[in-house]
Amino acid sequence: MNGYIVAQQVINGLVLGAIYGLIAVGYTMVYGIMGMINFAHGEIYMVSAYLAAIFLALLTGAGLHAPPILLVAILLLTILFTALYGWSVERVAYRPLRDASRLAPLISAIGISLVLQNYVRISQGARNQGIPTLIEGHLRWASADGSAFVQVTHVQILIMVVAVLGMGALAWVMRFTSLGRACRATQQDRIMAELLGINTDHVISTVFVMGAAMAAVAGLLVTLNYGSFDFFIGFVIGIKAFTAAVLGGIGSLPGAMLGGVVLGLCESLFSGFVNTDYKDVFAFGILILVLVLRPSGFLGHPEVEKV
Amino acid sequence: MSGRRWSVVAAILVACGVVISAVPAGSAGGVVRIGVAGPLTGSYAAFGEQLWRGAEQAAKDINAAGGIDGRMIELVKTDDACEPKQAVNVAHRLVDAEKVKAVIGHFCSSSTIPATEIYAEAGILAMTPGSTNPKVTERNLPTVFRTCGRDDQQGGAGAEYVVQKLKAKRIAIIHDKDTYGQGLADAMRARLHALGLKEVLYEGLTRGEKDFNALVTKIKSQTADAVYFGGLHAEAGVLVRQMREQGLQAPLISGDGIVSQEFVASAGGPRFVENVYMTFGRDARKIYTGRKVVESFRKAGYEPEGYTLYSYATLQSIAAAMTATRSEQGDLLAQWLHSNKVDTIMGSKAWDAKGDLQVTDYVMYRWSSDGTYQEAE
Repeated sequence: MNGYIVAQQVINGLVLGAIYGLIAVGYTMVYGIMGMINFAHGEIYMVSAYLAAIFLALLTGAGLHAPPILLVAILLLTILFTALYGWSVERVAYRPLRDASRLAPLISAIGISLVLQNYVRISQGARNQGIPTLIEGHLRWASADGSAFVQVTHVQILIMVVAVLGMGALAWVMRFTSLGRACRATQQDRIMAELLGINTDHVISTVFVMGAAMAAVAGLLVTLNYGSFDFFIGFVIGIKAFTAAVLGGIGSLPGAMLGGVVLGLCESLFSGFVNTDYKDVFAFGILILVLVLRPSGFLGHPEVEKV
Repeated sequence: MSGRRWSVVAAILVACGVVISAVPAGSAGGVVRIGVAGPLTGSYAAFGEQLWRGAEQAAKDINAAGGIDGRMIELVKTDDACEPKQAVNVAHRLVDAEKVKAVIGHFCSSSTIPATEIYAEAGILAMTPGSTNPKVTERNLPTVFRTCGRDDQQGGAGAEYVVQKLKAKRIAIIHDKDTYGQGLADAMRARLHALGLKEVLYEGLTRGEKDFNALVTKIKSQTADAVYFGGLHAEAGVLVRQMREQGLQAPLISGDGIVSQEFVASAGGPRFVENVYMTFGRDARKIYTGRKVVESFRKAGYEPEGYTLYSYATLQSIAAAMTATRSEQGDLLAQWLHSNKVDTIMGSKAWDAKGDLQVTDYVMYRWSSDGTYQEAE
């Protein structure tokens, strides 16, 4: 086992973890504010991958070819439209059922996820879609004889940088803005917050929108990184991101990122040095172990559960 | 409030019930109903489309030529999404509700194996154009046939090519843990051992995932000079792209699970499919008797690649057996197929006692960076 391979596996794990973390944010924020898992979140991510590809086609068709401008434009458009989907999910699946039993919105969210999957399948086809490579190149650190090297592609660097920036921005919003204060107040006690003049409906909508925006960032980056997607990509990664959120302590923003990175690293190192067949078994084993030893996850606050 | 809501839900459920019961069930007079089952949705919908297109065109052509003893073929289109559970549901529906007399399908071996149990029990002839796992015909089910080769032949052909033509010494074998994928990888491994080589890596990846970077790094660390993949195009494309991105230029060899243009899409561009090989039957589009049919497909704007013509030939075989025996009983049709040859657009086909083709001819194809594949040297 040489150092280059270990370093490469760590990079693989970090990139995977950053993606899990970005998507996990959506689960953790919705849970934080409503105490519910948004099972349509994986599909929001899937929709964002399609939106990114559609905007790419539209913008290049309109004659925009300079990569940095193109990327920023696609990013903004994708965030905007994906956020719209996130907002609609809350309006359709959650708000009408706000006073129903806890099970009802959970099930309506699963319904929404099926609707989104099939809506994309019917409108875009069940086939694999590919997009051209927009960002080329990589950094390499090679050994003296050049036989072994560690590399990180520019897309992978972009993924990690954007993940850190995105999480930082979100953490800043939650801590220092009035919107963040309103979110935290709603999280602590929705009825009390409402009595004190906070429009909690508005706050909840905003949380869905922010979660969807982060999923949109992930959708665009992942599409750039892997070059292909289909209508079913939301399922597996949704489960993984949900796991990451639970691992880090559901309801905690830094926890989601930490959980993502831990999950990514576990998968990558186990796959690289033990066995790929059982990497998911190992990852979920870790999850069970953490939940047994520390039921609230790495960074979660132990509190009396409402479930 | 909540009472009204429930009544809305109830209304929707009732409406759904009405729609389902409005679909005609049972067979009409003067037609022969034949089921077509494959993955019309899901990641492998491309193959389902090949299956359906082939059968559809064959039914059209046979009906135009007078049908089966003057009776028209009516196809029943069903979707198993390449999921065993759904395949079993589909099989029950075809047998009980749709009352089909024969089935073309399924595509994925993992679906075909459980579904054919149901057809066999009902005494219905089932012919799969695409399931290559040996188990499909190894279970002594008398009414199960296939019009394609077997993975032990295909994997063997792959192993021989890798060793004899590509001169690879350190071979990594990857599969997708599915009946088809792992079966193919196992067959390849068995022949590799028989040829005196041992693989450097044998591992399974998870279908539906997009990140195989850790696995690729591992393959690289084993300094593999060839990678064999048992699986389908959705994962094969992602795998080969990540191999190339990590600077691993070793050839990727796979089976008929990647014989679709979608392989190029899932790799994210034609330049990643350079140096990819696959085993598949001799191109039916070049067989003389198939040319006219190929033309009519192309006229309709559809390139009959992959299993399209296999599916066409399957319906031809079923129709031939029904015409010759003047029967729709599975056991009579099976008896006839076991002892007679059928002239299909893929040439003359004959079956052995198990229901396998007597002659299969796997050849190696090579993908090139323009996104097409040609027969390899």
